[in-house]
Amino acid sequence: MPKMTGAQVVLECLKREGVDVVFGLPGGVLLPLYDAIYHSDIRHILVRHEQGAAHMADGYARSTGKVGVCIATSGPGATNLVTGIATAFMDSVPLVAITGQVNTFLIGKDAFQEADITGITMPITKHSYLLRDAKDIPLVFREAFYIARTGRPGPVLIDLPRDVTVAELEFYWPDVKLAGYNPSTRVHEMQIKRAAKDLMEAERPVIYVGGGVKFADANKELITFAEKLNAPVTTTLMGVGCFPEDHTLSLGMLGMHGTKYANFAIQESDLIMAIGARFDDRVTGKITSFAPKAKIIHIDIDPAEIGKNVRVDIPVVGDAKNALAALLKEVQAKPRSAWNDKIDQWKLDYPLKYIPDPNIIKPQYVIEKICELAPDAIITTEVGQNQMWAAQFYIHKDPRKFISSGGLGTMGYGFPAAIGAKIGNPDCDVIDIAGDGSFLMNSQELATAVVNDISVKVAILNNGCLGMVRQWQELFFGKRYSATILGRTSPDFVKLAEAYGALGLRATKPSEVESVIRTALASDKPVVMDFIINPMEKVSPMVPAGAAISEILDLEWCEETEISAMDKMLVSGRYVSREECA
Amino acid sequence: MKHTIAVILENKSGALSRIAGLFSRRSFNIDSLSVGATDNPDYSRMTISVRGDRVVLEQVIKQLSKLINVIRVSELDPAESLERELAVIKVSTDRENRAEIMQLVDIFRAKIIDVSARSMIIEVTGDEEKIDAIVLLFRQFGIKEMARTGKVSMVRGTRVIKA
Repeated sequence: MPKMTGAQVVLECLKREGVDVVFGLPGGVLLPLYDAIYHSDIRHILVRHEQGAAHMADGYARSTGKVGVCIATSGPGATNLVTGIATAFMDSVPLVAITGQVNTFLIGKDAFQEADITGITMPITKHSYLLRDAKDIPLVFREAFYIARTGRPGPVLIDLPRDVTVAELEFYWPDVKLAGYNPSTRVHEMQIKRAAKDLMEAERPVIYVGGGVKFADANKELITFAEKLNAPVTTTLMGVGCFPEDHTLSLGMLGMHGTKYANFAIQESDLIMAIGARFDDRVTGKITSFAPKAKIIHIDIDPAEIGKNVRVDIPVVGDAKNALAALLKEVQAKPRSAWNDKIDQWKLDYPLKYIPDPNIIKPQYVIEKICELAPDAIITTEVGQNQMWAAQFYIHKDPRKFISSGGLGTMGYGFPAAIGAKIGNPDCDVIDIAGDGSFLMNSQELATAVVNDISVKVAILNNGCLGMVRQWQELFFGKRYSATILGRTSPDFVKLAEAYGALGLRATKPSEVESVIRTALASDKPVVMDFIINPMEKVSPMVPAGAAISEILDLEWCEETEISAMDKMLVSGRYVSREECA
Repeated sequence: MKHTIAVILENKSGALSRIAGLFSRRSFNIDSLSVGATDNPDYSRMTISVRGDRVVLEQVIKQLSKLINVIRVSELDPAESLERELAVIKVSTDRENRAEIMQLVDIFRAKIIDVSARSMIIEVTGDEEKIDAIVLLFRQFGIKEMARTGKVSMVRGTRVIKA
C-alpha cells in the first residue's frame, strides 16, 4: 500500500466515518491539513470565527443525528472553539473538534500560537487526544467518533501537531477496543419490571422527558407508551419536540418558564418517570420541594446522572429506546382517569398567554405567526427571552427541530447552529429566533451564510435590551437597569444584513409581521428580520430562583409608564434614572 | 465518612490530570491520592481517600468510571482491606532527646535513615492512624520537615482488583 501523509490519512478517516461536511478556519499549523482538504471531496464550510464553526457542527449534529466536525488552528483558533465545545458538552451533542497544534518538538515551549488545548478543554470534553505519532491517527479518529456518538454523546477533541500531519504512514482501518468504555444500552429486566409495576399502580403519573429521548430516537416509542398508559408528558428545554405539543397528553415544558399545568402536575404527581433528563436546577426549582408526593423512576444512559440531583426510587440504566420498548411489553393499557381530567382542567384554567396589542409588536405574536406560516421549520434559538418565547409559543412536534443551548445557555449559539442545521437539512426551513443582544455575538457568520448560499432566516425580537437580565432587574433589583440597555439603533440590523449581501426586513407594527415573515420565507437568500417589540415584555409565567416550581407567577402585565420610560432609555442607548425620566 | 477507592487507569498522557481535575471540578474532597505502576506496565493503580456520605461516594465512583482512561473503580471495605502509608520525618534532635526519640522509633518499628548533629530523618510505614500517632509524638521535639506518600490499599485474601 502506498504511503500517505498524516493529513491525507485524517481526510480518509473522516470519509470512512461518513463525514460529508466540516466547518473550520485554517491557520499556520493547519496548512498541510488544508492542502489535503483542497484535494478532498468533503465539503468545507469556511467560517468567519471559530466559535461559529463549533456551533455549526453542533447544529448540524443535533438536527441530523450525525457527528458534527469542526476544525480550528492552534492557539487562538483552538481557544475560540472552547465556548462551542462547552455548549455541546452540556447538551450531550456528538462532536469531533480537530485542532491544529505546534510541532511536537515545540510543545511545552510556549511556541508561537501554542495553547494547551487538551488541558483547557479537559472539563468540557467527553474525551480528548493529543496525537503525537502519525501511526496512531486512524486509531484515534475511530475511537474519537465512536466515543462521541455512543453512550451519552459528547464532544471529543483531537489535537493534531503540524509534524504529525506531514509524517508518512500506511493507511489502516482498525477496530475500536476500549477497555475503559462500555456504555450499557441494554436495560436491567428486574428494574423494568419494578418500574412497570409502579406505573400500573400509580394514580397520578407524569412522564418527564429530556434530550436523551431525542438522542436515542425514542420519540415514537414514547408516544405509544404515553398513549397506552394515558400518562401526561412534560419535556425539558432539551426535550422540546420529543412529544408533540398538540397531543392531548402534552403538558409542554416544565420548570422556571414552563407551563403552570406542567409544574402543578409534577407537584401533585405520585409517580414521575424521568427519561433522558437530569433534574437540572432550572427544572426542579427548590430541590427539596420538588415533586414532594412522587416516587421517582429515572431512566438514563449515564449512570452518573441517576441519584446526582434527586433521590431515585427505581434507577434504570440504559438507552431510552430500549427502556421504553421493554416497558411497553410489561404494562397494560390504562383508561383515562380523574388525573387526566384534572390536568385538562388546569390546561383550560392556566394556559400560556400574553396580552395582545394592536399597536406594538408582542414577541409571542411573532412566534405564533412563524409557527402558523412555517409549522415544520427547524427552530434554533439564541439565549434569554427569545429562547423561552420560542420554546413556549411555537408548537413543537419533532425532536430534531428545536435546537437550543440549554445547559450552557450560550448567547450567539442560534445563528451559526441554524447554518449547520440548514446544511444538514437543505430542504427544511430553518429559522433562528434571536434577540438583538445574542445575534450580535456571532453575526459575522452572515458572511458564511451569504457566500455559501445558505438560506437561513433570523427573526430578531428586538427590544433594545439584554431582555432576560433586564426582566430580573425589573423584578428583583428595583428596576435598576444596570448595563442591560443596548438601544434601538445599535446597529441597524436591516443595513447590517444588506452590508453582508443578505436580505434585511423590518416590522415595527403588528400589521407588518406577517408580510415580513412571508417575504423572508419566500426568499432564497439568508434573511434577517428585525421585529421591533415591546421592550417591557416579560417571559411569563416564571418561578423565581430558589422557589418551589408550584410558586409560579404570572408576569404578562406591564405599565404604560414603564414602557415610555424604557423607550427614553432606548433612544439614548443608556440607563436613565427615574428622576431624569420624570 | 472516609472511604478508600482503588482506581485502575491506563498509562496514557493526561489520565492522571483527568482524575485530579474531576475531583476539583465536582467539589469532591480528597484526603490523599497516591499513584504508581501495577504489574502490567500499561496500567497504573491509584488509591484515593475521599470524604463524604454514601451519595457523594456513589457520585465519585460513577464519575470516575465515566473517564475513558479509567478501567476499573472499586471501593475498599476498611474491614476487609489493609492500608499502608509511608512517611519520612525530619525531627530536631539534641544530645538530651536523642535516646528518647530512638526508643519511640523502636516502639513504632520505624527506621532512622539519616542522622546529623541537630536532626534525624525517620522513616515509618503503617496505617494512617499509626503515622498520625508518631507525628503527634515527634511534635514535642520539633518536626522540621515531613513528607507522606498517601496511602495504598489492598483487599485481604484472594479477591483481586486488576484491569
